[in-house]
Amino acid sequence: MLELVIFSTLNGLLYGMLLFLLASGLTLIFSMMGVLNFAHASFYMLGAYFGFQISRYVGYWPGLVFAPLLVGGVGALVERFGLRAVHKHGHVAELLFTFGLAFIVEEVVQMVWGKIPVDYRIPDALNFSAFTLFETTFPAFRMFMLLMSVATFLGLLILLTRTRVGLIIQAALTHPNIVGTLGHDVPLVFMLVFGVGCGLAALAGVIAGPALVTQPAMAASLGPILFVVVVVGGLGSLSGAFVASLLIGLIQTFAVALNISLADVMAPLGVTLTRESFGGDLWMATVAQVAPIIPYLLLVLVLIFRPHGLMGNRDT
Amino acid sequence: MNQRTMKTLRAAAFAAAATLVSFGASAQNIKIAYIDPLSGGAATIGEHGLKHLQFLVDGINAKGGVIGGQKLEAVAYDNKGSPQESLVQVQKAIDAGVRFITQGNGSGAAIAISEFVAKYNERNPGKEILYFNYAAVDPALTNEKCSYWHFRWDANSDIKMAALTNFMKDRKEIKKVYIIGQDYSFGHAVRGAAVAMLKQKRPDVQIVGDELHPLLKITDFTPYITKIKASGADSVITGNWGNDMSLLLKAAADAGLQLNWYTYYAGGAGGPTAIKQTGLDHRVFQISEWHTNVPSPEMEAFADSFLKKYGGASGQGWWYLRLKNQMDMFAQALNQAKSADPLRVAAALRDMKYKNSLGAETFMRPTDHSLFQDMYISSFGSGGKYDEEKTGWGWKTIGVIKSQDTVIPTSCKMKTPA
Repeated sequence: MLELVIFSTLNGLLYGMLLFLLASGLTLIFSMMGVLNFAHASFYMLGAYFGFQISRYVGYWPGLVFAPLLVGGVGALVERFGLRAVHKHGHVAELLFTFGLAFIVEEVVQMVWGKIPVDYRIPDALNFSAFTLFETTFPAFRMFMLLMSVATFLGLLILLTRTRVGLIIQAALTHPNIVGTLGHDVPLVFMLVFGVGCGLAALAGVIAGPALVTQPAMAASLGPILFVVVVVGGLGSLSGAFVASLLIGLIQTFAVALNISLADVMAPLGVTLTRESFGGDLWMATVAQVAPIIPYLLLVLVLIFRPHGLMGNRDT
Repeated sequence: MNQRTMKTLRAAAFAAAATLVSFGASAQNIKIAYIDPLSGGAATIGEHGLKHLQFLVDGINAKGGVIGGQKLEAVAYDNKGSPQESLVQVQKAIDAGVRFITQGNGSGAAIAISEFVAKYNERNPGKEILYFNYAAVDPALTNEKCSYWHFRWDANSDIKMAALTNFMKDRKEIKKVYIIGQDYSFGHAVRGAAVAMLKQKRPDVQIVGDELHPLLKITDFTPYITKIKASGADSVITGNWGNDMSLLLKAAADAGLQLNWYTYYAGGAGGPTAIKQTGLDHRVFQISEWHTNVPSPEMEAFADSFLKKYGGASGQGWWYLRLKNQMDMFAQALNQAKSADPLRVAAALRDMKYKNSLGAETFMRPTDHSLFQDMYISSFGSGGKYDEEKTGWGWKTIGVIKSQDTVIPTSCKMKTPA
């Protein structure tokens, strides 16, 4: 049991931190520009594919540096020449723009790298097990994923709270007009934030790519979960996104371990439910079986009962 | 009408004529549509299966084709692994003039296709379609949901589970079993059969886990592996295929999970590599109609030439003897019927006896249109003539179940066309 708890916690934290790398950029972009970027997970996918492509020529490590930079550059260009042009038509136009972009990226990725998963390998230097506990090994690469995302989180935190750039970004978050009046180039700040957000997503892609299968469906399967994180955490709240990421990471991992079903819960109350009862599988499905939809249940509940999320300061 | 419009019109007319000509040429070909996942979580095996089909079609054509010189032609359609999308693709294939379709990955899609074809044939007499199933093994397809237009070349899930549990019966070291499978018709069938048969053959064995997970959606099985480890199981039974098999084994390899695996499809893409990585030498078992180390000069040479042509960097070789049986029997049925009319092909196929490339007798049972053939239980590990995915490890036969011993009754009440 202890073993299950320890490893589920580790894996949950790992998954949560990865989610945070993505959600942090998404929430920064949203709070600053008011753009809910549907294509955010696409930049995560681009990161994985760029990393893969670079790794084929010069190995994994250069990819870890250059893929996020490249994708960040692509993101900045998208902001400069795409979003900024659409901006004057309002938020709905921006939303639709990113929505379309997500499909285009997926199609382009399929055309360039094919529809089947690419063989993105864990670097040899990390292809061993970090430690063994209860006869279960924990791969070094997972340890690396965890440490990388924690380090990025700390870096981001310092950047935002301890530097001048961070100061301007924080100010632009809430009062873009005043920041502009003070002589700062707000559009440039927007472009940089969008680029950095995309770069962070790409970093998550390079870290996760070798472990979680680099394939054209990876953006579409992760995208919806990101919105859950951002909404549950509170739109525009970085700390909220952090808490929500870890929460959802842990929920998803621990849910798999639980075999309790509604029928089990009702049994002590004297209610016997079987597959043949009205409702059928609804009673028999275990928590483990419904694990993938639990975050969405959370999304719905949060929207009803706490529309500004766990830590947000404005309504969704 | 000015000159430019005339020019455009003339060009268009010419293009149309050219298209007609090219259609005319390919109309001679007998098309077989391959409707399987070419994107999504099963794309890797779907793509590899397509190479199988292409290789077989090329082989038949190189030997002079069928019915005195007509060529076969494989056409691929991506069903994305989904039953709904399969029907869209079947319709597309029919619209393109295809009368024979084949599919194998996923019983959900298989049942949808079989029902669609049955309905279509009822409404369009004289334009019948045949559906050749090389791998979807939900027993329902040849029992309560059987159809005259559906033919299956793989042993159904109940037959495979009976063979696996017969083998497990005598292995006294098995005490705790964990069952994990995909949450759809086939996964349910495997789990149901495993529980029932273990209870009957090994009542002392404890089932410590009975798990269903979403089909082809999971990219990280680590939480499931953690759970299996914590359950104290010494054996896992799974019918998983595609990414669900290779990623499950990969997560097990990462966690260093040391136990025995009783599987249907551990040999699929990525499986052998993961098994070697964990060091599970001869601890992963598979039930299949063939593996590369079944001695047979004809099949060995055949698999070898496929590996040379399509193996590539991954070193993935020939997987499906059943697809070879299917295409060889299809060709034989065409020749026997002397026509590509699906009705006559079906009549020739439904009670065909066929000696396969291993020199073993197989037969199609007319009551449910399923093929019976020898089945092999094998384990994966060191030694052996041929290896898989360049691991240096290969399959080794542990037991053979003769075709007549795989026959189980069917509840199929087939509606035969008048």
